[in-house]
Amino acid sequence: MIETLINLVLFTMLVATAIAVVTIRRLFAMVMLSGVFSLLSALLFVTLDAVDVAFTEAAVGAGISTVLMLATLALTSRTEKQSSRSIVLPLTVVTITGAAIIYGTLDMPNFGDANAPAQLGVAAQYMENSPHDIDVPNVVTAILASYRGYDTLGETAVVFTAGAGVLVLISGLQGRRRREDEEDEDPEVNS
Amino acid sequence: MRHHLILRVVTKLLVGAIILFAFYVQFHGDYSPGGGFQAGVIMAVAFILYGIVFGLRKVQAVFPTWMVHRLMALGVLVYAGTGIVSMLFGFDYLDYGAFSPEHPSHGQHTGILAVEAGVGITVTGVMIAIYYAFAGRPPRISDEEW
Amino acid sequence: MSWEFFIGHLNYWLFTVLMMTGLFIVVAKGNLVKKIVGLNIFQTAVFMFYISLGKITGGTAPIFPAHGDIDPNVIYSNPLPHVLILTAIVVGIATTSLGLALILRIREEFDTIEEDELLGIEFAMVQDENRAHGQSMGGRA
Repeated sequence: MIETLINLVLFTMLVATAIAVVTIRRLFAMVMLSGVFSLLSALLFVTLDAVDVAFTEAAVGAGISTVLMLATLALTSRTEKQSSRSIVLPLTVVTITGAAIIYGTLDMPNFGDANAPAQLGVAAQYMENSPHDIDVPNVVTAILASYRGYDTLGETAVVFTAGAGVLVLISGLQGRRRREDEEDEDPEVNS
Repeated sequence: MRHHLILRVVTKLLVGAIILFAFYVQFHGDYSPGGGFQAGVIMAVAFILYGIVFGLRKVQAVFPTWMVHRLMALGVLVYAGTGIVSMLFGFDYLDYGAFSPEHPSHGQHTGILAVEAGVGITVTGVMIAIYYAFAGRPPRISDEEW
Repeated sequence: MSWEFFIGHLNYWLFTVLMMTGLFIVVAKGNLVKKIVGLNIFQTAVFMFYISLGKITGGTAPIFPAHGDIDPNVIYSNPLPHVLILTAIVVGIATTSLGLALILRIREEFDTIEEDELLGIEFAMVQDENRAHGQSMGGRA
């Protein structure tokens, strides 16, 4: 009973934050609201028993993501331009997609069902064999680093690629552009 | 940020605690929620906080850009290298049984520690490198206009 | 549709509402940074949906006690969705940072981050190209 109440309160706050992000035009406030959204979703993950995920979401979403967006805002602009487009088409697209997803969920098992197919397959084997095979108390770490170690290797490579991509896009270009500007000026001086 | 005295004092007190907490989360990933990703992000946050409050030059004096870029690649190498070490012992790639052939589940601890360390190193490097790249640009909006 | 069915599926529908809010921001709003925030909201709602698939009523976090035996009567929630979503969160921050870096470069090249103005600039550029090189390129670009 209490759990349902907590979930409901958290969810209401999440929806309120999301709607505020839609309507607000001052981008600084919007970035702060996105940090609030990440923190609230981390709380929701805790009530869903996903403590590792909550930890990561709080650190990454409310921490790094907010800092990077603020850094971008400092380099771009502070407010959103008033939009003159009508919202009929986006609303239609969103309604149709939402209806399709809800139609898809009608076949799904009830929330918290212990006999759902998701709980009976490989996951049950992992839970049973993990104490004997790996002997690590945190089953999520055991699956992440041992049973599904290849996926984590790929994920580390993805993080590295993102860092390399950002560096290619941003770092060091100032020096190059300054040198290019100086080269552009020289022919004018010579001619 | 020269006139924000409280921020500077509190940051100096907090940065050490944040780095310590990052190490705690890294090594207790086996026993409690945690692991490489969370620890990497928390460690990066310590340096980013220092950079925000004291300025980019000061944090780059402590943790130079070339070192951060090397860390990015080092973590992936550590992870992939653990697999290669397993192969050198005659087992499959990333088979942690290679680290203690007589008792397979003990090798798991060593293997998981090594790969999580690799993950933590890469995530730290990437987050700090991205922050350096963004903060290294001259700002277009001055502090007063915020 | 029984009451149990409604209560059992309500959480999926509520998460779908969040997803659609994020999608609406991406589709309807013109500011590029706002689109990235909308994309993040969409992603987080998808994660919540996925994690709620693994929750078992009366369960607890999938961490065994460090010392001592594992009590067979304790129900643990499914750890597999947690692992997949951990990876997804990290990939999400990677794409967000790349998107923000692209926005920075767009701002430096075109001096705006509003989608309408960018479309106008691109249209003008294409028209200039056609006027200058249209014939030699064999028609309109």
